[in-house]
Amino acid sequence: MGGDNRYLGLAYVAPYIIGLLVFTAFPFLASLYLSFTDYDLLSKPEWTGLDNYERLMTRDRTFNKSLRVTLLYVFMTVPLKLAFALLVAVVLNYRLKAIGFFRTAYYVPSILGGSIAIAVLWRYIFAEVGLVNMGLEAIGLEPVNWFGDPQNALFTLTLLRCWQFGSAMVIFLAALQSVDKSLYEASSIDGANKWHQFRFITVPLITPVIFFNLIMQTVQAFQEFNGPYIITDGGPLKSTYLLPLYIYDKAFKSFDMGYASAIAWILFVIIMVLTLIAFWSSKKWVYYAGDKRS
Amino acid sequence: MTSTSPAKMRSALTATELKLRRQQRRGAAIRYAVLLVFGLIMLYPLIWLIGASFKTNSEIFSSPSFWPKEPTLDGYINGWQTSTPYTFARFFMNSALIIIPKTIGTAISCVLVAYGFARFEFPGKRILFGTVIATLLLPNVVTRIPQYLLFRDLGWLDSFLPLWVPSAVAGDAFFVFMLIQFLRAIPRDMEEAARVDGANTLQTLVFIVVPMLMPAIISVCLFQFMWTMNDFLGPLIYVSSVENYPVSLALKLSIDTTEAFDWNQILAMSVLTLAPSLLVFFVAQKYFIEGISTGGVKG
Repeated sequence: MGGDNRYLGLAYVAPYIIGLLVFTAFPFLASLYLSFTDYDLLSKPEWTGLDNYERLMTRDRTFNKSLRVTLLYVFMTVPLKLAFALLVAVVLNYRLKAIGFFRTAYYVPSILGGSIAIAVLWRYIFAEVGLVNMGLEAIGLEPVNWFGDPQNALFTLTLLRCWQFGSAMVIFLAALQSVDKSLYEASSIDGANKWHQFRFITVPLITPVIFFNLIMQTVQAFQEFNGPYIITDGGPLKSTYLLPLYIYDKAFKSFDMGYASAIAWILFVIIMVLTLIAFWSSKKWVYYAGDKRS
Repeated sequence: MTSTSPAKMRSALTATELKLRRQQRRGAAIRYAVLLVFGLIMLYPLIWLIGASFKTNSEIFSSPSFWPKEPTLDGYINGWQTSTPYTFARFFMNSALIIIPKTIGTAISCVLVAYGFARFEFPGKRILFGTVIATLLLPNVVTRIPQYLLFRDLGWLDSFLPLWVPSAVAGDAFFVFMLIQFLRAIPRDMEEAARVDGANTLQTLVFIVVPMLMPAIISVCLFQFMWTMNDFLGPLIYVSSVENYPVSLALKLSIDTTEAFDWNQILAMSVLTLAPSLLVFFVAQKYFIEGISTGGVKG
């Protein structure tokens, strides 16, 4: 506000600055340092240069497997979840009377999603004699070994996250409702069908939200922990052993802090590179209307 | 007469109109049906969970129906007792002890910081605001290990301090960002009037801004409540003795220690674990939807 001391604002954001330095910036740099050391909590960190990274890249087969599983998980979960969220949002956006009811119903799984109880539930309904297989048998299909078979386990975890498409859907819905209705009317006079309208009016106008959801969901998917930890414990045959699980085991079970930090940094670099690619490519496909806040 | 009478024309029009309306109605009916069936499939696991928690252990894996044939409270009674010296009452108490201070700290610190960013100019503001966005995208996984070492050196392990303190200094960038978005949309006239009348900036914040920002602050508290209730990894790393376990850890403990066939106990405790979040969501869902639509949210 005018006339105030120009340092007054700094006083208000001071808590944030302290938090940023102590709980974000310092740990961020410290983990980079630790990733070049051997540190078992008992003696001081011992500088080993690139040893950790060299071991990870060339000799650690668990890391190799875990990295592949993680990438597969992210590339399955994110597109599926977003496509689902967008599809349901588009259907809900037709002037339906009960829109509020459905929005709530579809949002509930997202609200509860992170809970351990939901992971427990997933374990039960996808058990060999669980709800899903009982349902499949009732309609005459073969039961599936959802979590016991390494071929299926990762996909079953993906389903758990796709089931929680609600929050992405609510964001899509808010964006869809802000699209100017007169654009649709004008285009239908010009003879555009529903698909053309969706493809050439709706999608371009909501690209900022697609972009936002894409980034947030990707960053999150790379850090998935609760699902595999509770449901499969990384198995069978490490087919759901995502990198956050490996980091947790290395850091808090074998207390190999240096090595765990190196894995964390590789994960961070992958996320960062993908985010940067998304930002860089966004200039080509994300459309920002001149007068709208982003 | 060569031309059709106006009356005839009107009836012809209404006929096509009727047809169109019927088509529209059929389209809407199909959409409702699809949404309803789909919604039911989505929510059925939760409905089944509630029903199954009242079933006997032998019934749980014998029919896909959610309705218990011989309803029993055994799951709740035995599950509540746990195999530890403590009951779930203790674990709910611990969860509350984590959530309440954390939420209050979050609300106060984030409001102060968002106010600073939205209403003042100061040196380094652009860079600092940039760090808010960067923190929003920064994966926690990369800071977790040194944070743990820091809290260990401070002697905070096995206490709730590692869970409270980072939030009390506006550590959840998402909430700061969300409140800034809300604040930017609020006109400044009232605040400027108060300043002219001699109120200082803190008084303006407390008496003018906070009341106007209340819906957003409630959203922040609700989200923090929900996330902390669901948080598992935080307590898993920092809380080690069973007497300090929140419900999320206690539930995991039940899975590990309950005898292999006492499924209804685990399901019953899962229902109780979900109950507070569900209750809060249904009471206050408009704040969730608003919060999400303004700030965008993870989850």
